[in-house]
Amino acid sequence: MSGPLNAQTILAVADAHKEYPSTPPVHALRGVSFNVNKGELMAVVGPSGCGKSTLLHLMGTLDRPSSGDVIVAGHRVSALSDSELSSLRAHHIGFVFQQFHLLGGLSAIDNVADGLLYTGRPRNERRELAELELRRIGMGHRLDQIATKLSGGERQRVATARAVVGKPSIILADEPTGSLDTKNSEAMVELITEVHAGGSTIVVITHNRDIAERFPRIIEMRDGRIERDSAGRLSL
Amino acid sequence: MVQALPKSRLAPGDLIRTAIVGIRMRKLRSALSSLGIVIGVAAMVGILGLAESSKSELLAQLDRLGTNLLIVESGTGFGLGTGALPTEATGMIARIGPVESTSMISFVGGGVYTNDRIPEGRTGGISIQAVDTGLLDVLAGSVADGVWLGDAKASYRTVVLGSVAARRLGVREVTGTQPIWLGGRWFTVIGVLNTFELSPDLDRSALIGHAAAATFLDHENLPTRVLARVDPARVDQVVTVLAATANPEFPEEVEVDKPTDALEAKEAANDTLTALFLGLGAVALLVGSVGVANVMVISVLERRGEIGLRRALGATQRQVAAQFLGEALLLGLIGGIGGVLLGVGTTVVFANVKGWDPLIPPFALLGGLGVSLVASGVAGLYPAVKAAHLSPTEALRTT
Repeated sequence: MSGPLNAQTILAVADAHKEYPSTPPVHALRGVSFNVNKGELMAVVGPSGCGKSTLLHLMGTLDRPSSGDVIVAGHRVSALSDSELSSLRAHHIGFVFQQFHLLGGLSAIDNVADGLLYTGRPRNERRELAELELRRIGMGHRLDQIATKLSGGERQRVATARAVVGKPSIILADEPTGSLDTKNSEAMVELITEVHAGGSTIVVITHNRDIAERFPRIIEMRDGRIERDSAGRLSL
Repeated sequence: MVQALPKSRLAPGDLIRTAIVGIRMRKLRSALSSLGIVIGVAAMVGILGLAESSKSELLAQLDRLGTNLLIVESGTGFGLGTGALPTEATGMIARIGPVESTSMISFVGGGVYTNDRIPEGRTGGISIQAVDTGLLDVLAGSVADGVWLGDAKASYRTVVLGSVAARRLGVREVTGTQPIWLGGRWFTVIGVLNTFELSPDLDRSALIGHAAAATFLDHENLPTRVLARVDPARVDQVVTVLAATANPEFPEEVEVDKPTDALEAKEAANDTLTALFLGLGAVALLVGSVGVANVMVISVLERRGEIGLRRALGATQRQVAAQFLGEALLLGLIGGIGGVLLGVGTTVVFANVKGWDPLIPPFALLGGLGVSLVASGVAGLYPAVKAAHLSPTEALRTT
């Protein structure tokens, strides 16, 4: 077990290993442990192949560790069924992806509202919250724009709004600036900082050290292990 | 204390909306895959509609013509000299209890020509028949132009032509004065008949009264054919005694025919054709549903990113499967509605061309929709399960 699990801990990764069965087997994670506290903003940085994407998938409960455990909002992933993990994602985790993953045929507001699609909230409420969120991040003028007609920067803002709209316990951003130019990357980092200032807990995965340096806490990874955790709450 | 985890939920309305969005984003492909279903269902509904319409048309025809007409003819069997029934046959048949009315036809030799200059061989296949005035009623025939042989006119040199005979003789209009050369004497055409549905051979005949045949053509008026209208409930009984009654001496030389049997046989043949075409429609529908399956499989491959996203947003496997199954069902519903409309339209147009009342059995409408939903549901099942079992991380990795 890593650091103490207290009421402040939103997410805990406890001695997580991940092996992919191939010949020879790939050890993507070799015992990773750390906690994320409520209201934290942190980056996981490392070169490609260091296991940070695998780590994101484990944190996002999209995959399970081969051994060890992940605890999100008090729920042990190892104890949950596949549909319970879906519920956990619907209510506690927000995702921002490098490729945005917006639904091309839908408007900005409908894309954001889809962030709440599986929470069981009625459609009107979903759209109202989506509009509120879009206006808050300065996309109020593009509410009804079809996603495919938005610029890259705008798409990532819409995707961010979708991740935030459900007020999840934690937001996971996978290379959120990976498809953006320098200017839009800068705007994205600012947006993340803003969202964090609003009270969200955010983990940003990036290979870009410059971007990572902008965040209060950095976990550096190499070869499936944590090399350095700037918070000093070291793993085993 | 950890809060209990509320379940992922997707309201039915949201599921339908999601499926609609999925189809709307691929309009052309969706339309093409629905088209297969449209064709299959349209074929089945159209065939059922046409079969029903033609059947009802036949029933109406049988109703109009009556299924109680029996025709007694002298057989053309071996050793039969005259080809005629005994003189008293008509009277004997009329005395059978259930026989309601009779009419006697006597074949008169000789040809019919537009004038007396035409060589004798060129008869145009028109025969002369001596008939009584009751023939038209017994055969449920009708006059197209002019008049029928009234009691008085039957003994004059007047003739009524069958529809084919009139055409061959070039009689387009009955003036009441047109002469034709019939059996070596001049006769005046006073009427042209409509087609006899129950005895098409009379269409190629020139009909004159028995009295006229006897007076002007020295005809003996031996019955070659006796028509009898019978109590509809006792047709079968009458059939068994007709031959012996008509010719007690040689009953085996008598042929008894029920002309509506031919129409019913035609309908039975139509039933076989209907089954065949229905089978073809089912094959078309099968091909259509394979098309839907194909489109859905491609859709799942193409939309891995979307599937990954939905799993990340909290969709369960079941909800992902439901979305793709919903899309397949929606394609089937669109195809089914389109097919039913096209099938109904085809039936209405075709029936109108044929002059029938368009009739479509209600089960064909509901069945058409039902079958297309089942077909597309089955087609969508595999892709839906495939989508559901896609691992979220793998789905997200591909763009």
